[in-house]
Amino acid sequence: MTVTVERGGRVTGKQDRSFHPRRARDSYALFLLPGALAFLAVVIVPFLMNTGVSLTDWQGVGSPEWAGLANYRELLDDAEFWESFRHSLFMIVAMAALPTAVGLVLAAALFDYVGKHFGSRTAAVLRACFYLPQVLPIAVAGIVWSWILAPDDGSLNELLQAVGLGSWRQDWLGDPDLALYSVMGVMVWVQLGFPLVVFMAGLQRVDPQLYEAAELDGAGWWRRFAHITLPQIRPEIHVVLTWCTIAALKVFGAVYVLTKGGPGGATNVPSYFSFATFFEKTQVGYGAAISTVLTVIILVLSLVGLRLQTRAQDAEEGLRT
Amino acid sequence: MKAVRALRRYPVLLALCLAALFMIVPFLIVALNAVKSPAEYARNGPLSLPDGLYLDGLKDFWERVDYSRKLLNSVLISGSVAVAAVVLSVLNAYAIAIGRIRGRTWVLAFFVLANLLPQEALVYPVYYLSKQAGLYDTRLSVIIVFTVIQAAFGTYLLSAVLSRFPREIIEAARIDGADKWQVLWRIVVPVSRPTLGVLLVFFFVWTWNEFLLPLVMLISNDNQTVSVALGVLQGQRLMDATMTNAAALLGVLPALVFFLVFQRTLTRGIAVGAVK
Repeated sequence: MTVTVERGGRVTGKQDRSFHPRRARDSYALFLLPGALAFLAVVIVPFLMNTGVSLTDWQGVGSPEWAGLANYRELLDDAEFWESFRHSLFMIVAMAALPTAVGLVLAAALFDYVGKHFGSRTAAVLRACFYLPQVLPIAVAGIVWSWILAPDDGSLNELLQAVGLGSWRQDWLGDPDLALYSVMGVMVWVQLGFPLVVFMAGLQRVDPQLYEAAELDGAGWWRRFAHITLPQIRPEIHVVLTWCTIAALKVFGAVYVLTKGGPGGATNVPSYFSFATFFEKTQVGYGAAISTVLTVIILVLSLVGLRLQTRAQDAEEGLRT
Repeated sequence: MKAVRALRRYPVLLALCLAALFMIVPFLIVALNAVKSPAEYARNGPLSLPDGLYLDGLKDFWERVDYSRKLLNSVLISGSVAVAAVVLSVLNAYAIAIGRIRGRTWVLAFFVLANLLPQEALVYPVYYLSKQAGLYDTRLSVIIVFTVIQAAFGTYLLSAVLSRFPREIIEAARIDGADKWQVLWRIVVPVSRPTLGVLLVFFFVWTWNEFLLPLVMLISNDNQTVSVALGVLQGQRLMDATMTNAAALLGVLPALVFFLVFQRTLTRGIAVGAVK
């Protein structure tokens, strides 16, 4: 506390103290009280309970039986569990890697090509089209796509038929070899707007003179993209990759509505796996163990993401000074 | 040379327009088929243009699932959560960023962690505890839970914004005899109104779109939100093509309205939130 008083400037710090004696300063804590109580009831207690239950054998009724680490040992041998996390990697490709890569190119093209040559209105309208799926409830997106991808009269199959590619007709969501890729395709469509909007906002910070100078030196669009756009909006790229990776690990609604984890577990993901274990198989202890592992992975990833981000910022500042 | 360059621009624009079209084709195709009669759909398939406006499919669906009720539930839940979560975020951020309470770094880190926690790690105990408290399958239970979850993000964002609040203004008000409540409601809140507006819109839309917790907590038809009702119907695989399209269109429309009304706030807000 003393550090901040000093950091806030010695003079104001002292005045501050004479105006607010310690008790007055601490009474700000009263404003935190409702929030603290609400968090205790809705986040902390349930989270601790969930972790506790993961160490027990419990069907949701009666009293839980202590099981120690048995659930976690069982997880290690559970092929379904490993499979669900393997699918998470596919979801990270579909929800973080691909949307970031495509979003970067689209954002740069919209900002620096369309925005400059056709006016910012055109760019804004196009951006709105890409962003639209982001405001859609995932349940609704699921309904739309499961109908488009339906095997018999789905629009995609009908379209293939109409353009003479009838032999390409597929049961997009029902074929175990294809379903995961179909879900991935839908997730790219859902997710793309988020990186695009963040990157376009980030590009507004970039000094236009950088581009002009590069253009005068004869650098083509791709070179300007690689040497100016990418380095300049690196903070945004870090944030987007971290956020989207976490979102990919949490994906639930899309899987529930599109495939329910099927066919035969081909699209099962950790969150759906824990949901089904909780409420369909009612193996609450085991479900709690799955969700605890998921939580740990997400927290570790977020910390790593944050570390990388601050280190990149430090490195940049180091370069400047 | 210049003319050649100008001509070369159009393929890029064209490619971007095609990509944008690809993004909105699903919406168009849903709208087309939601206004076809089942007979017409069976005859011409999903890709033909509708012969005329057939609205009975939409009307049937609306009545069958009591869609007015679902809309009301969604508005009630999302609206209450948005307001309550903004109030809670303001109180938390006021204590953290303006009051600079002791241990605020830890308090803030805690809110960030709470924000990252997957709902899967909370859902069963929340389900169990709400049953014990007699709140299971009530809209109130969902309102309480999401108020807290959204406020975790709001506290984090608002604390960052309020930490740059000019302290002279607060000091001046304190010298004039304003107490902490007056400073909060008469100075801090009015000055931060743009940020609070962004949060309000975000909380509303996010809560509207939530799926897992409402799916678990709201089992009776009378309490379900739009998202849950549509998701459950889809999960049961009982809908025919026309009904599916009616469901999809009715689900898309509110989102489209929010999008058009709040487009600026949404895109600006994402930029603000991401760079923080």
